[in-house]
Amino acid sequence: MITDLRPVMVTVADKEVHSDSFATLFFDFAIDFKPGQFIMAWIPGVDEKPYTISHHSPQRFAITVEAKGRFSKKAVALEKGDKIGIRGPFGNGFTISDKPNIAVVAGGCGMAPLAPLVDALEASRNREIILIHGARSKEFLLYPERFSTHRRICTDDGTQGHRGFVTELLEQEILARDILAGEDNDTPALDMVYTCGPEIMMAKVFAICEAHSIPCQVSLERYMRCGFGVCGACVCSDRVVCKDGPVFGSQTLREMEDFNTTALLKSGKPVPLNEYASWRCQ
Amino acid sequence: MQTNFLGTPLKTPLVLASGVLGNNKAILERVWANGCGLPTMKSIGPAPRDGHSNPTVIDLGEGMINAVGLPTPGYLNMETEWLELENRDFPVNASIYGGSVEEFVMVAEFVATKRPEFIELNISCPNSDKHGMLFGVNADASYDVVSAVKKAVDIPVIAKLTPAAPDIAAIAKACEEAGADAICAINTAGPGMIIDIESQMPVLDFKKGGLSGPMIKSIAVRCVYDIYKAVSIPIIGLGGITTGKDAIEIIMAGASLVGMGTAVRYRGITAFNKVNKEIDDWLAAHNTTMDEIRGAAHREGK
Ligand SMILES: Cc1cc2nc3c(=O)[nH]c(=O)nc-3n(C[C@H](O)[C@H](O)[C@H](O)COP(=O)(O)OP(=O)(O)OC[C@H]3O[C@@H](n4cnc5c(N)ncnc54)[C@H](O)[C@@H]3O)c2cc1C
Ligand SMILES: Cc1cc2nc3c(=O)[nH]c(=O)nc-3n(C[C@H](O)[C@H](O)[C@H](O)COP(=O)(O)O)c2cc1C
Ligand code: FES
Repeated sequence: MITDLRPVMVTVADKEVHSDSFATLFFDFAIDFKPGQFIMAWIPGVDEKPYTISHHSPQRFAITVEAKGRFSKKAVALEKGDKIGIRGPFGNGFTISDKPNIAVVAGGCGMAPLAPLVDALEASRNREIILIHGARSKEFLLYPERFSTHRRICTDDGTQGHRGFVTELLEQEILARDILAGEDNDTPALDMVYTCGPEIMMAKVFAICEAHSIPCQVSLERYMRCGFGVCGACVCSDRVVCKDGPVFGSQTLREMEDFNTTALLKSGKPVPLNEYASWRCQ
Repeated sequence: MQTNFLGTPLKTPLVLASGVLGNNKAILERVWANGCGLPTMKSIGPAPRDGHSNPTVIDLGEGMINAVGLPTPGYLNMETEWLELENRDFPVNASIYGGSVEEFVMVAEFVATKRPEFIELNISCPNSDKHGMLFGVNADASYDVVSAVKKAVDIPVIAKLTPAAPDIAAIAKACEEAGADAICAINTAGPGMIIDIESQMPVLDFKKGGLSGPMIKSIAVRCVYDIYKAVSIPIIGLGGITTGKDAIEIIMAGASLVGMGTAVRYRGITAFNKVNKEIDDWLAAHNTTMDEIRGAAHREGK
């Protein structure tokens, strides 16, 4: 059994390579789960880092890793049969809205935590899901075949879908609904927007939601050590991202001054988010 | 349960242990708002330091093992934090560390200009090769650090001790003689080690780590008991305190204030409010007060 205590070594049961830099590692183990939760993955002698659970069933789960730095490059190079230490799950996960009209806005690797949420939303009936999915270019669009929901795609370089940002598509969607609602009173407004991606993108999505009074949930990323709310490495204003989050709703986001402004480096030094981002993903 | 500590009124006798949550003003304030009388900042060091790589903190169920490794922005790189803390309406305990007496003095002098209510000297961290514990296991070295810092600052100084000292009472006595205003006991115990038998590797990246939480409570109680006998300055007792009854126990050993760190893992940030209530309930049920039970276990015939 995998628990939130010391890591349990598990074998990579399957590996799906998405592109040069993305791979999904599957494990045939049971783990408690709510969409949006994460685990700490340990490669002995290398490091331990948080990863969202990107697929889940009662018998297996997976994480999807983008090769960026020392740990993640080692992780995507693991093969079927290799072992990795897992502890978790940690965090609060998404609160699944009981309302019907949902938008999910994913940027790059941010698709990973949102994917099991989309799975869960698709499994419940009477829902209309709008999935807006963006990436640097075509190759970086995760899980192209995974969902039955129609995706509105955009890429920074225009190699697939709209050339531009997910926020433009979200605004279009909201405005189109507003206009249609004015004409036939039949087109419902969005009830909830879920988002994950670069923080600057999530901040923009949140601002759009605020302007249109739509509740929003975002999944944040910070440097983590313990994963369970003790060490303080991941603080964002007065919240600990690993335990109070990583998912935060509109109410909390309004109070979090550090959201889209400040994050702590490994040393604990608070720095502007762009400095943190360049440290994380040079 | 208002109390007074070295001339500063505290709204409760509970202290947040250094290194737990205390990474920015907002979270210190939230801990305070949840019933902590004295939040302690994460230990501040002489130069920027990343600490160790992960795994650094593992929950063993009955407590934790950690080798975070004293990460710090360095005392000269904390302007934002100090600016924010300037307008606080809660007391703070600033924990500092150094690799030599000179470094301790350098950091203490600077930190004192920021006017925390107290300065705590971490002479007891097991998770670094050069810092901390080397002082805390040696009475002369402890005396030197404390007396040098006392000469340099005009803020009450608390010496934080390690249970790894062969005679912790002797260290406490040396600190008192050097002018320490209070003792904080204990830092993490051990160090210990956990090995993953599948990979045949120690789990912590630093291999060894300090133990905390319920499994070290009886060590903490013994240390506070020994120190109480040796000194007359007040003691902050911590190490495994998780419930009101744990707090009563360490107060009976001689603690004036009670610290909690690992309890946050098991009972959340609201641990402080919960423990305050449990202490109050216990005192009421036994028709007594904290002052009456402090050091009670030392009475003749007990
Ligand atoms: C809750 C949560 C969920 C996550 N989910 C996922 C997920 O599903 N998929 C995913 O791919 N990622 C996810 N992440 C991010 C992931 O944990 C890692 O941060 C990411 O994979 C990069 O790790 P790394 O060790 O490979 O890179 P790092 O080694 O951190 O390197 C990143 C860059 O920073 C630089 N760097 C590293 N350390 C330092 C330093 N001390 N000083 C200066 N520069 C430095 C490196 O040179 C490198 O260029 C998640 C993070 C969180 C908090
Ligand atoms: C994750 C973690 C980090 C710590 N960092 C520090 C530190 O920076 N300075 C310090 O003096 N003590 C540090 N400690 C020790 C605690 O302050 C405390 O003395 C110890 O954990 C025992 O108390 P507890 O059982 O209530 O946690 C740390 C403890 C933990 C668990
Ligand atoms: S990672 Fe330790 S508190 Fe969040």
